[in-house]
Amino acid sequence: MENLKTELKEKIIDVLNLEDIAVADIQDTDALFGDGLGLDSIDALELIVLLDKDYGIKLTDPKEGKVIFQSINTMAEYITTHRTK
Amino acid sequence: MAKCFINGIGVIAAQDVLLPTDQFSTLNEDVNLAVEPVYKELIAPNLIRRMSKGVKMGIYASQVALNEANVTVPDAVITGTGLGCIEDSEKFLKGILDNDEQFLTPTSFIQSTHNTVGAQIALRLQCKGYNFTYVNRDSSFEMALLDGLMQIKADEEQNILVGGIDEVSDHTIKLLQIAEIIRSEKNKNAALYAEGANFFALSNTKQENTYAEVVDVIICNQVADVNTWITEFLAKNNTSISEVDAVVMGINNTEVNVQYNQSLLAVFQHKTILHYKHLIGQFDTASAYGLGLAAQYMKHKKVSDNFIYSGSIGSVQQVLLVNQNFGKDYSLVLLKEAN
Amino acid sequence: MSKRVAITGMGIVSAIGNSVAENFDSLKNGKIGIGKISLFETRHQNEILVGEVKMSNVELENSLHLPHSHNYTRTALLGAFAVKQALQQANITDCNDKKTAFISSTSVGGMDFTEKYFYEYFENTEIERFITSHDAGHASHEIAELIGLEGLVTTISTACSSAANAIMLGARLIKSGRAERVIVGGTDALSKFTINGFKTLMILSDTYNTPFDDNRKGLNLGEAAAYLVLEAEEVALAAGKNILAYVAGYGNANDAFHQTASSENGDGAYLAMEKALKVAQILPEAVDYINAHGTATPNNDLSEGRALIRAFGDKVPAFSSTKAFTGHTLAAAAAIEAVYSVLAIQNQCIYPNLNFKTPMQEFHLIPETKFVSAPIKTVLSNSFGFGGNCSTIIFTK
Repeated sequence: MENLKTELKEKIIDVLNLEDIAVADIQDTDALFGDGLGLDSIDALELIVLLDKDYGIKLTDPKEGKVIFQSINTMAEYITTHRTK
Repeated sequence: MAKCFINGIGVIAAQDVLLPTDQFSTLNEDVNLAVEPVYKELIAPNLIRRMSKGVKMGIYASQVALNEANVTVPDAVITGTGLGCIEDSEKFLKGILDNDEQFLTPTSFIQSTHNTVGAQIALRLQCKGYNFTYVNRDSSFEMALLDGLMQIKADEEQNILVGGIDEVSDHTIKLLQIAEIIRSEKNKNAALYAEGANFFALSNTKQENTYAEVVDVIICNQVADVNTWITEFLAKNNTSISEVDAVVMGINNTEVNVQYNQSLLAVFQHKTILHYKHLIGQFDTASAYGLGLAAQYMKHKKVSDNFIYSGSIGSVQQVLLVNQNFGKDYSLVLLKEAN
Repeated sequence: MSKRVAITGMGIVSAIGNSVAENFDSLKNGKIGIGKISLFETRHQNEILVGEVKMSNVELENSLHLPHSHNYTRTALLGAFAVKQALQQANITDCNDKKTAFISSTSVGGMDFTEKYFYEYFENTEIERFITSHDAGHASHEIAELIGLEGLVTTISTACSSAANAIMLGARLIKSGRAERVIVGGTDALSKFTINGFKTLMILSDTYNTPFDDNRKGLNLGEAAAYLVLEAEEVALAAGKNILAYVAGYGNANDAFHQTASSENGDGAYLAMEKALKVAQILPEAVDYINAHGTATPNNDLSEGRALIRAFGDKVPAFSSTKAFTGHTLAAAAAIEAVYSVLAIQNQCIYPNLNFKTPMQEFHLIPETKFVSAPIKTVLSNSFGFGGNCSTIIFTK
């Protein structure tokens, strides 16, 4: 799962255009939203598309994202279990 | 009735405005990008990441204007743009077309609405006041200015931020070249294009650093007799052509415009005429640069030779701005020395 | 002191009718215009419902007698169609016999064609003329030329509050003496761009929209155009015009909360309503009916509901959203709803907020669910757009 976690960090930086942040700056347990990385609701929608496009996971209710996107760890766990790509 | 003063100006243009005078050179390229400042100086990085060029230019230029005028939060924000947030529009549209409507993300759609610049400025400053965006080709900025002027004169607001923004975007440029709006191999007589942001802090209070007073603005979609139209506008403001010291004209020499420009120039024979589109390019809100140019001229009583179309530097108590494109969107702005 | 702004003509084309009379008939008889999309193909066609105008581009072109070389997109066609109706009702044959301005609004502009031809433009010279119909100002310029209007022409684009802002500006131009007559309104055609855009925000419903319902799922997009002729009262009276109603108050404020979502307490909405009441110089209790923005998104209806309670306390007037009839027509929304507001005054009625079953949990607000007769003198109409742009217009008899 380590590869997936690094991959996720790279994708998040790329898709959300976090220019000043490097992979090493994001800890696996850091809060992604609110305090921590400081992502917001528009970023959440972007991550939902990322799940679909790169991992074949379709979320129908945006509220599900709140739990899944808590941290890199929670994201990696969810993707490992549900990915179809 | 209150008076309307220009107390702050922020400019981003195809030529670096901080160049010492007389170093502006006539544009050569078909499309000229703006000389961009270091946005991080004024805008937080986590906000910049989502912004298109137009939004960044708008926020930066507007902040410069507000800082100069010593205004933290304006009472209203009014913007004009010709093509709006075209970069994000293209991005979202390409996503739709290239991926057959799949895997689309909301950011570029959200940012593509025409009022994004005005909205982002308000959001950043927490300005809950009046917020309008005009998108009407070459009179977009003038309408924003007229709107601001009306509110200040009517004592409805005290400090209003008005501005014009336009950005260029690859695919759209190519299309506008096919349509012969922008110069290219297809039509060497079309306009040299550019992009930019020009913002002004208007106020009902004269300050030590005030540039000039905005007396009146008029916009007319089509004008049959420019001489009469201009004369009547000036008369309504208790003045006349002979009392105008200088004219700042948005002259863009696309072949189609030659006849319209000639008619306008004929009204102002023997006058000092300044022009600027040969230095900062043509785009729908380029005439906003003209306002800044006129305001600087009136405050500093001098201007680079590059801007002089005819006549010479002299007294600048009254300046008239004139703009049109393709025989439409005629506008006049009358400025007076701030008293 | 201030001039009164009279309304002397209206024109409208929407999913529920191609004229003022047809629209009113549908509102009265509960005839909705929402259904599956037929104008073009989209991957989402089975997941969304839309409010389409029941006229093809060819039919619109023919009714306008446009030359074959025209470059109107559907947005411009709808707009021109509605403007002509308004001019006819207001008895205007020469647009320049009084100082007349034209303020239009749109969010789609010519995107409905740009998205069809984006790549094809490089290969097909026959469609080149549509390149310059993309920008938001295009339709306004074309319509101005069609009706021969030479005065001030401009276009407002502030998303879903656009047409309200056009009405507001028109009223101000008249009050300041800068115009004697202003044609105001808005137009937007359906497009893949907006359908996909709203889909990515996850606020499109896959069924009929249910404004102010606790189980609301989102909006149905629609297309429409509507215009009103505003005239300085003395000018209208001198010409013996029939005055349909007055624009008595207006207000625009910014929520400054988020680029697309409204604040939980409806700050922008509340401020806009307050401003409008102030301009109209009336107390909240004078409002007889509120035509709400009511898009049926979870966010808007909550925010707007809160704002209504803040503005009217426990005496919120009868209100309804007509978007269950027409869909959300974006920039045109405030214009068609202005027409409906005037019709409510003329016909002394309140429209039903269709599809309502369960009141929202957060507060006690029940919209009017039937078409009812009522004494209506003052109508307040709300329209809120992206970018926190909140506008309110108040119409009176």
